[in-house]
Amino acid sequence: MIRANTSREHTNREYEQELRRLREQLLLMGAKVEEIIHGSIRALIDRDSTLAEQMIGVDRKINQLEIAIDELCMQVLARRQPVASDLRFLTTALKLVTDLERIGDLGVNICERVLELNGEPPLKPYIDLPNMTREVQEMLHEALDAFVAADVERAQRVIARDKNVDAYYTQIFRELLTYMMEDPRNIFRATRLQSIAKYLERIGDHATNLGELVIFMVKGKDIRHAGKLSDAG
Amino acid sequence: MSANGAAKVEPAPKLIVRDLAVFYDGKKAVGPVSLDIVGQHVTALIGPSGCGKSTFLRSLNRMNELIAGCRVEGTVRLDGDPIYGPGIDPVAVRRRIGMVFQRSNPFPKSIQENVAYGLRIGGVKDAHEIAGRVELALTQAALWEEVRDRLNDSALGLSGGQQQRLCIARALAVEPEVLLMDEPASALDPIATAHIEELINELSANYTVVIVTHNMQQAARVADYTAFFYLGELVEFDRTDVIFTKPSNSRTEDYITGRFG
Repeated sequence: MIRANTSREHTNREYEQELRRLREQLLLMGAKVEEIIHGSIRALIDRDSTLAEQMIGVDRKINQLEIAIDELCMQVLARRQPVASDLRFLTTALKLVTDLERIGDLGVNICERVLELNGEPPLKPYIDLPNMTREVQEMLHEALDAFVAADVERAQRVIARDKNVDAYYTQIFRELLTYMMEDPRNIFRATRLQSIAKYLERIGDHATNLGELVIFMVKGKDIRHAGKLSDAG
Repeated sequence: MSANGAAKVEPAPKLIVRDLAVFYDGKKAVGPVSLDIVGQHVTALIGPSGCGKSTFLRSLNRMNELIAGCRVEGTVRLDGDPIYGPGIDPVAVRRRIGMVFQRSNPFPKSIQENVAYGLRIGGVKDAHEIAGRVELALTQAALWEEVRDRLNDSALGLSGGQQQRLCIARALAVEPEVLLMDEPASALDPIATAHIEELINELSANYTVVIVTHNMQQAARVADYTAFFYLGELVEFDRTDVIFTKPSNSRTEDYITGRFG
C-alpha cells in the first residue's frame, strides 16, 4: 500500500523540472513586485526621483516575467495535460501572474505620481501612508509565502487584512479632503497623494486575490465572490 | 446554474455491485468492491497494470468463469436481478451485458456475418430481421456508411478502427443493456480513437457503458464517472470532473498526476 507522502515527485523528471522552474519564476516575479512597491514608497518619502525612475525599469522585468510564465504554463498544459493538484497549480499560476503584473503597474503609477509631487514642496509629513504601505507590503509578502508553503491559514489571514487597508484609505482620503478644503493650492498635491493611497488600496485587493487563489490551489475550493453570485443565473 | 451545488438528481444505478471479490487459485485479486454503476452513463475504471480493473470488469458479466481457477464472491445486480447465483445462465447474463475487447477480434467471416453471429446463436432465423438488425447495429456503431456497399467482404479487410467498431456493432446487435469495454481504443491511432470515443458518448444515450482504460485523458474525455483501482482495491469513485480536478484520496492524486513509484 502506498502511503500519502511516499513520493510527491513526478515519475517524469522533466515534468517535475518544468513545474519547479515555473514555481521559481513565479517567486522571482513576486520578489520583483515586492521590490517595486518598496522602492516606489521609498521614492515618495525620500523625494527620490532617480529611485522612482529605476522602479519603472523594474516593471519592465516584471512584464517580461509575466510573458515567460504564461508561455511556460501553456507549454506544460499542452505537453503534460496536468490534472488534479497540478492542474490547479497551473491555472493558479496563470491568474497569479495577472495579479502580480497589475501590482507592478500600480507600483509604476505610484512612481509617476511621486515624480509629479517631487516638482512641488511637500504638502505634509506622511504618517498614515507609510503605515498603509507596510500593511499592503506585509499582505503581499504573506500571500507569496502562503503560495510557497501552500498554507491555507496564512492565505486566510491575508484576506482578513484587506479591511485594514480599506480603513487606511478612508482615513487618508478624509484627511486629504480637509487639506483641499483649507487651501485650493493644496489640491494638486492632495489629489496625487489620494491617488497613491488608492493604488495601495488596489494592491491590497490584488494581494487578497492572491490569497484566494492560494486557497483554491490547495483545497480546490473557490472562495471568490462568496455569497455574491446568487443572482448570477 | 447550480453554482452553489444544488442537489443534483442522480439517475438510478443500473448495476449494483456489493462486496465483490475475485480470486485466482484461492488468491484474492480484487475486492471486496462495492460500487453503483449509473445507467445510461459512462463509467471509467482506471488504475495501474495489475490493479484488478479488468478482472473487475470481467466479473460484471461473468467472463471470469471462463478462466480456470477463478472464483467470485459477492453480488452484482442488474436492475435488481442478481447475475450470480444458482440457476442463472451466464450466457443470458452476457446477452444483457455485452463486451468489447482491447484488440478487435472479428471472426474470419464477412462483415454481415460478424454482426449477425450473435443473433443466429440466439435463434434469430428470419433473414429480413437479421438484415435490419445488422444495419441498426452498424449504424449505432457509426460504421454503416463505410461498409454498406461491402457487407459481404471479409471483416479482416477493414482497418483497425473499423474492426473495433465492427466488434462494437457485434456486441450491440444482440441488444444488450450494458456494454463493457476493455481498453477499446488502446491499439488504435488518434483519429480512430476519436471515432470510438465519440461513439461511446453517443452510445451512453441508450446504453450503460463501463470502460477500462490506461489512458487517463481518455477517461477524462469520455467518462461521467471514474473509479480508481489500486492493488485490487477500489480507492476512489466519483464524478469524473471531481476525480480529475480535486480527488479526495492521495493515492488517486498520485496516480493521475503521474507521481507513482
